[in-house]
Amino acid sequence: MLRNLAQLPRYRGLIQSLVARELKARYRGSVLGFFWSFINPLMLLLIYTFVFKYVMPAAVKGADPYPLFMFCGILPWTWFASSLMESSGVLISGGNLIKKVLFPAEVLPIVTVTANMIHFFLALPILVVFLIWFRAPLTIPELLCFPLVVAVQFVFTLGCALILSALTVHFRDIRDILSNVLTLWFFATPIIYPYMNAPDVAKRFLNWNPFAHLVISYQEILFFPGPFGHWKWLVALGIGSVGLFLFGYFIFDRLRDSFAEEV
Amino acid sequence: MTPAIEVSRVSKIYRRYSHRKQFATLKSALLSRSLVRNLRPDETFTALNDVTLTVPAGRTLGVIGRNGSGKSTLLKLVAGITKPTTGTVKVNGRVSALIELGAGFHPEISGRENVFINGIMLGLSKREITRRFDEIVEFAEMKEFIDAPVKTYSSGMYMRLGFAVAIHVDPDVLLVDEVLAVGDEGFTHKCLDKFAEFKRRGKTILLVTHSLNLVQRFCDEALWLDAGRVRGSGDPQRIVGAYITDVEASEEQHLAAADARAQESAAGSIVSPAEPASTRLPDNPVATTPAPTDMFRAAEGRWGSREVEITEVQLLGADGQPAHVFRSGDRLDVRIRLRAPLPVVDFVMGIGIFNAEGVCCYGTNTSLEDLTGESLSGDAEAVFSIEALDLVEGTYKLDVGVHKADGYPYDYHRLLYTFRVKSQTKDVGIYRPRHAWTFGGGISFRKAAGPQP
Repeated sequence: MLRNLAQLPRYRGLIQSLVARELKARYRGSVLGFFWSFINPLMLLLIYTFVFKYVMPAAVKGADPYPLFMFCGILPWTWFASSLMESSGVLISGGNLIKKVLFPAEVLPIVTVTANMIHFFLALPILVVFLIWFRAPLTIPELLCFPLVVAVQFVFTLGCALILSALTVHFRDIRDILSNVLTLWFFATPIIYPYMNAPDVAKRFLNWNPFAHLVISYQEILFFPGPFGHWKWLVALGIGSVGLFLFGYFIFDRLRDSFAEEV
Repeated sequence: MTPAIEVSRVSKIYRRYSHRKQFATLKSALLSRSLVRNLRPDETFTALNDVTLTVPAGRTLGVIGRNGSGKSTLLKLVAGITKPTTGTVKVNGRVSALIELGAGFHPEISGRENVFINGIMLGLSKREITRRFDEIVEFAEMKEFIDAPVKTYSSGMYMRLGFAVAIHVDPDVLLVDEVLAVGDEGFTHKCLDKFAEFKRRGKTILLVTHSLNLVQRFCDEALWLDAGRVRGSGDPQRIVGAYITDVEASEEQHLAAADARAQESAAGSIVSPAEPASTRLPDNPVATTPAPTDMFRAAEGRWGSREVEITEVQLLGADGQPAHVFRSGDRLDVRIRLRAPLPVVDFVMGIGIFNAEGVCCYGTNTSLEDLTGESLSGDAEAVFSIEALDLVEGTYKLDVGVHKADGYPYDYHRLLYTFRVKSQTKDVGIYRPRHAWTFGGGISFRKAAGPQP
């Protein structure tokens, strides 16, 4: 396993060009092209803002301006959720490569997560516009933590993606289970509501949700005034994510030989 | 010198899961703690069984064998795509596998971008591809389409581009799996030229193919796989010869079995359902199948009054033994056994040879050859001898019949006997006249290195 892991940097060029292909191919043939990377999150934002500003404003007390608050959580979530959805099917749809070409299979989920990260980056300019528009209370030390949060999320997502992609080869039904689990997970994460509004019972559960800590970190850095108090959680999550990644890679490596026969 | 490919005592066992497993969910697997057990196979299939082979660097090995004999599995093992269940595979040098051309092309993006990505997948660096790009496009004959998305390509274009990329990887070991069927004649020649160039440059080639001709012409050595085992290896002429003999033997068996079935069903007095019983001739009370109105359109079957019965028809080879596969130019004897319970005086025997398209290649009968029946009673035997079966390769069927001079059928066997004619020369038509080429003046030919007919 470790020997294979050490090979990973050698596939840099391959990953790069596959990510580029992924991005190019996605919006090829659509009129607005890569502007969809902006439009999609804006649409989501519009819908949730309408619901929580005008339909049920009580739930989001203390999260003003709401569009900015929600944006801090929804962008990382989109990256995470679409990475998992896509990586669960990525080995099967890339079956041709695995069966017919000598191809390092782990490249496929890595490409999926990376491509979705690029989409996340592409949507960041809108976030910047929002930050300036709403005069968000930003400080330099806090902003320096931002890349760290992104890095933790990347490793965490990668770990999940490796496990999911490997297991889905053997259990195709993971894909269907996953979409439901992700819906539940979305509402169990303080994205559309602030953490402090959750009842105490729920808070205890929220603390067990790793993604909640990522979202809270984003929100503390970009939205809430005051120092970044959540860093301890983030560091713990970072260590846990590395562990998850290694575990995911271990599972992937164990099942690797079965891919060419099962996909 | 170290060998380029070393396969020692390799077996590959594929797992076949039972039906149940396919529908098992993760949840049920977890609940019954059977995750590990479910990943274990219920049934296995041995694709390769204790295969050992060595290819010295710079040699070309042709792998032949029937469908399902494990050829492609062997290639995938050498390519490293799958791992052997037992045994070891060692390959020295960069490998390029032409197993599926254009695997990994993305339909939405242009041919140009796909060439780059495919090249990187096959182990080239960006700079190497840039340097070879024009050559690749030139080779694939795709100049004007290279910037169009791959989904707009025809399947031939797709294959050509895939082939061009794979061949320009500049491997030390080239693995080829039956991919020469891509593109037109011209492109196939180009591919062969490219292979020849590889050979000249001392590269190792492992070629899996059904084209025996190619193996004989092109390979230094041949390996014959049969049901996952090595049946023979060594000199291509010898191995291909042995393989052809084996294929003929099993075809012989198939035809013999088919023959037996056809005769059985014909003898079983089957009345063709298309013709109602009332259309039977009243003066033909023991007819099994009514005589068709148009003889030349009739399907296979058997009909007649059975006043004379054809009890057995056998095809015999030059050695006098029953045979179903012949080489063009071989001797063929058709032995017909007859029985007439009551003596008859008015009878004609006929025979017809039809090819697979139903074209009558030859037909004759005793009356046409000025033989007039005198007497026939009890058991009798007739042999129709063809000195040299000068037919082109193909499957042929025989008609054998006994009837009155006016056509009233005693026993007519329509297309019930099948035989195959094999030929190394792929000439066309029906009949191969005995022929020779002679030349004079300023014209000369060189004998191809390939097999002689």
